[in-house]
Amino acid sequence: MSAQELLALADDELVLGWRNSEWTGIAPFLEEDVAFSSIAQTEIGHARAWYELAARLIEREGVDADTLAFDREPGEYRCAPFVEMRLVPDWAATIARHWLYETADRIRIETLKGSEERAVAALAEKIDREEAYHRMHAQMWAERLGEEPRFVAAVEELWPYAAALLPPEQRSTLATTMSREIPGNGPLLGKERGQHSDDFAPLWEEMTMVRRSVPGAAW
Amino acid sequence: MIFEVFRQEREGQPFQHGGSLEAPDLRFAEAYAREFYSRRDESFALWIVPRDAVEEVREPYVADVFDRDYRRVDGYSIKVKLKEARERAGASGAS
Repeated sequence: MSAQELLALADDELVLGWRNSEWTGIAPFLEEDVAFSSIAQTEIGHARAWYELAARLIEREGVDADTLAFDREPGEYRCAPFVEMRLVPDWAATIARHWLYETADRIRIETLKGSEERAVAALAEKIDREEAYHRMHAQMWAERLGEEPRFVAAVEELWPYAAALLPPEQRSTLATTMSREIPGNGPLLGKERGQHSDDFAPLWEEMTMVRRSVPGAAW
Repeated sequence: MIFEVFRQEREGQPFQHGGSLEAPDLRFAEAYAREFYSRRDESFALWIVPRDAVEEVREPYVADVFDRDYRRVDGYSIKVKLKEARERAGASGAS
């Protein structure tokens, strides 16, 4: 796997973890606050692990997980627009993204588990054990919200974004799993990896603020 | 709904009360209980029980009303007997 491909995985997990953590303290009820914050935290943990792999591949002096996570310019991030969207305070949309993301991520992780690169396959295997809880959590919420109009509308709106998270060859599996059609080029416009949504710049500002405040400091 | 959660730390050990949580149904309760009581591998198994299913008993109908301390171990004063036994043992050479 190339460093760019690893960075795409890591950036997705970091940015989604960041977005989900925006619910900490304001989730619908206490139990959910703890559970969703914990999920956000494990996504960031997964990001760290992918960044470490990427850093080993890049092999440049001083490059580690932190520099990759926080010291790049906004244009260098490889995350998909799907994970960048700020959805607080819309819980229905948040669950819609969580559910779509976990379903898509499972397809991606399954492929990575079969990777010929042992480090990649082993890490995917390890991450999958934690993702099992994320999927259980996402599934129970999706079924509970079920036909709730706000949830249905959010899934409808986010579906092309979710499809664009995966490389084209994995999208039909996702469409089958979700009983949906693969979005055409029109709906995918502006949602593909490689471009950023308007929500990304403010997120980057906030996320890298502390680290930029004292460049080179050891925290 | 309020659920009471009991934790078993290791296989075969008794379950002990871990705490309670609020969840809309058993499925949510399971997800939250996993998060709160087994995330750090601190439980081998959990019991998740709706609080309504727990019968709390307080009035001591079966407690002793009459003096029947012979039913209890502490109803027997063995202090003197123990002392004598120790002395006998000491006299026979054991310590």
